[in-house]
Amino acid sequence: MGLTNSLLLAVLLINFFTLGSARLVACIRMVALQGALLALLPPATHGLSGHALFLAAGALSFKGIFIPWLLLRAIREVRIRREVEPIIGFVPTMILGALTTAGAFLFADFLPLISEHHEGLYVPAALATMFAGFLLLITRRKAITQVLGYLMLENGIFIIGVLLSSALPLMVEAGVLLDLLVGVFVMGIVINRINREFSTINTERLSALKE
Amino acid sequence: MIWLVGGILLTTLSGVPGLFFQRDSHGGERIACLLTLTGTACGLFAVATTLISGKDADLELPWAMPGGTLALHLDPIAATFLLPLFLIVATGVVYGLRYWPQHENPTNGRKLRLFYGLISGAMILLLSASNGILFLMGWEVMAIAGFFLITTEEHKEEVRRAGYIYLIATHAGTLALFALFALLSQASGALMFPVAHTLPTAGSTLIFLLGLFGFGMKAGLMPLHIWLPGAHAAAPSHASALLSGVMIKTGIYGLVRLTSLFAEIPAWWGWTLLLLGMISGIMGVALALAQHDIKRLLAYHSVENIGIIAIGLGLALLGRSYHLPELVALGLAGCLLHVINHGLFKSLLFLSAGSVIHAVGSREIDHFGGLLKRQPWTGALFLGGAVAISALPPFNGFISEWLIYLGAFQPLKHPASALGMAVLAAPALALIGGLALACFVKVFGVTFLGEPRSKAAAHAHEAPKAMIAPMALLLAACAWIGLLPTTLLPLLNGAIAGWSGTTGSAQLAGTFAPLGWVSLAGWLLLTLLIVTGFRLHRRSRKVPRDVATWGCGYRFPTSRMQYTASSFADSLVRQFNFGLWSKRHGGKVPGLFPPAAQFSSHTPDAVLDRVLFPAFRGTARLCRYLRARIQNGETACYLLYVVLTVIALMTFLTL
Repeated sequence: MGLTNSLLLAVLLINFFTLGSARLVACIRMVALQGALLALLPPATHGLSGHALFLAAGALSFKGIFIPWLLLRAIREVRIRREVEPIIGFVPTMILGALTTAGAFLFADFLPLISEHHEGLYVPAALATMFAGFLLLITRRKAITQVLGYLMLENGIFIIGVLLSSALPLMVEAGVLLDLLVGVFVMGIVINRINREFSTINTERLSALKE
Repeated sequence: MIWLVGGILLTTLSGVPGLFFQRDSHGGERIACLLTLTGTACGLFAVATTLISGKDADLELPWAMPGGTLALHLDPIAATFLLPLFLIVATGVVYGLRYWPQHENPTNGRKLRLFYGLISGAMILLLSASNGILFLMGWEVMAIAGFFLITTEEHKEEVRRAGYIYLIATHAGTLALFALFALLSQASGALMFPVAHTLPTAGSTLIFLLGLFGFGMKAGLMPLHIWLPGAHAAAPSHASALLSGVMIKTGIYGLVRLTSLFAEIPAWWGWTLLLLGMISGIMGVALALAQHDIKRLLAYHSVENIGIIAIGLGLALLGRSYHLPELVALGLAGCLLHVINHGLFKSLLFLSAGSVIHAVGSREIDHFGGLLKRQPWTGALFLGGAVAISALPPFNGFISEWLIYLGAFQPLKHPASALGMAVLAAPALALIGGLALACFVKVFGVTFLGEPRSKAAAHAHEAPKAMIAPMALLLAACAWIGLLPTTLLPLLNGAIAGWSGTTGSAQLAGTFAPLGWVSLAGWLLLTLLIVTGFRLHRRSRKVPRDVATWGCGYRFPTSRMQYTASSFADSLVRQFNFGLWSKRHGGKVPGLFPPAAQFSSHTPDAVLDRVLFPAFRGTARLCRYLRARIQNGETACYLLYVVLTVIALMTFLTL
């Protein structure tokens, strides 16, 4: 229990770092670290079973290594280093992140869960990570940061999934990971295209054709 | 009953053969006329035999639709609505032969006849249906055919607009009726109409309100009358006669039928209907006074007369709530008789207005004038209709309004009860009658008396005999009910007995409704009129005829010195300015030697133009603004909506 709680606390701290940092490379590395930490979560929760190890290996290879590598490559190609002018500034985003995290802790107590899931930080950490991912999606302009947002969203879902992994079939997990991978691939291609077309990867140019 | 089915089929399909004829040939219209006349005769025969036998007629056929059989049912209530329908449909189709001949209207003549037949057949069907689905089928066919009748001249912008408003209104009403019949079938267990006086009062509030909205929309009760003036003005005159004389009465039929199903009537139903009736009566006639378009004016009189009918029905409902059989008898008899009467005299007025429009080529009253010398028959027939609609003896309008007056005074016999307020219906009726009389003095005076106000009016010609004869038949029917009202007593008594049910029904008889005396007085009045008229005619034979009317000794009068439609009604319209808000332009005469000045006034509809249009425009603007805000093209915002929805859902689930 002690190990999982400290893991989840580290995950929460990484949320705040990502929300507050303008440096893209650092953000990607921290999200990679978050994925790697989460890969430790299934064995720490369920012991060293085959299922847990498989989940850990999958998470580590995809979230910790492969996807960050893809993103770092994409960033090298488009030569972008910093997120400038987010829609909402970094400090307000941090404050909002703190509020949603506090809200997630409060809210988790009211959710109709079975009693063993109420213990530990699983549910509040999952909710807080999901909300942080959403915040990243909403407040940033660069497509690459939005991909990070999706990754964090998925990390939050993963934490919930760990709780339920004894009941959740393996195929569903694999499906979620595959989904994410395809999503990141598509986003990577789109980022390149946007960059080539507009010489920037700010997504707001995409709304020029709206009604 | 087989005659009625035959009648429905013949009338419905009367316009079909015409589709196969050449565009400008006479064959189609003659066949349509013949088929409609045969169909209405069959229907009349069916209703007459049923009434004479004294028993209700039924027809039940197996049907693929769930929830009941294909059932038709003829009783005195349906008969009171069917009898004027047959007469008006038949006269209208003969009138249409010359009013809207195929060779003059090659593009829309066939369409007009097709939908004229369809709407007539659909109305006969819905008035005799006793299955909810069958009723709604008839209702919808009637509504759609009505739309095509209104948009006969679809190349005119104004006509398309009127048709569109009608379509929206009628579908809003039909929507309410679908809900109504769903609730009714839930209450009674099947889609067949339940047996009269069996439904419990519990849970009936929603049913009544839906019925009031759906049927009131069709009938044109005051706040719901929005479609009526434009639609009646846009349709060809004999179609307006059908719409105003018969179609809007199906709304009243629906209300009468619906209220007959319940065992007990809550008192507020009657009060609501009474209040709505008074509002539509008074405001309808006030709006009519302010109109310059003769068909819009007649259309507002339809609103007024629907108000009178609703007052009668409201009194009858109050009678059932407070268990006063005499009030039930007087109110319902007044209501149903006024349904018949309004159908007769309003069609007569629309047809004679049509003959004026046909001769002059305009609907503006201020373009007419002096038409009595050029169209003596049309003028005389219009005068008869005007007397009838102003509720003056010896015509029929007087009889029904007199019954409602008697009903309104009934509560005075029970001074202690809460019913006392119902006496207010009597002054309201008196106000309506007086204003209607003023309005028709205006119409008749400006249209038929004085000097022609336009070249077209000066060269107007009398309508052909094929148009005069149907109008004369309608006037004869008006005079018949006015002079021999006792002949309708069995029909009305049957309807009262069928409607009032367990409350115990009183029959209209000599003691509290001395119709015999009224009839005698009517005859005396008629004799007096004829004698006086004859003597005046003999005395004025030697007077020179070429003097300008209302010249007042001035040697060089022009037609512009006459009262116009708006100046005649102005003093009365000003009194109602709180509800009409007439628009007045110009009219100021500056200085001692003023230059040419202009004056015009215009009264838009109190509900449609003053309330609904601004409200809808405001709503549309608000929605456009909100859409630009919400649908702003920012992906971040859309994601925010996702988050907010997730949070809302989670909160909802935890609570």
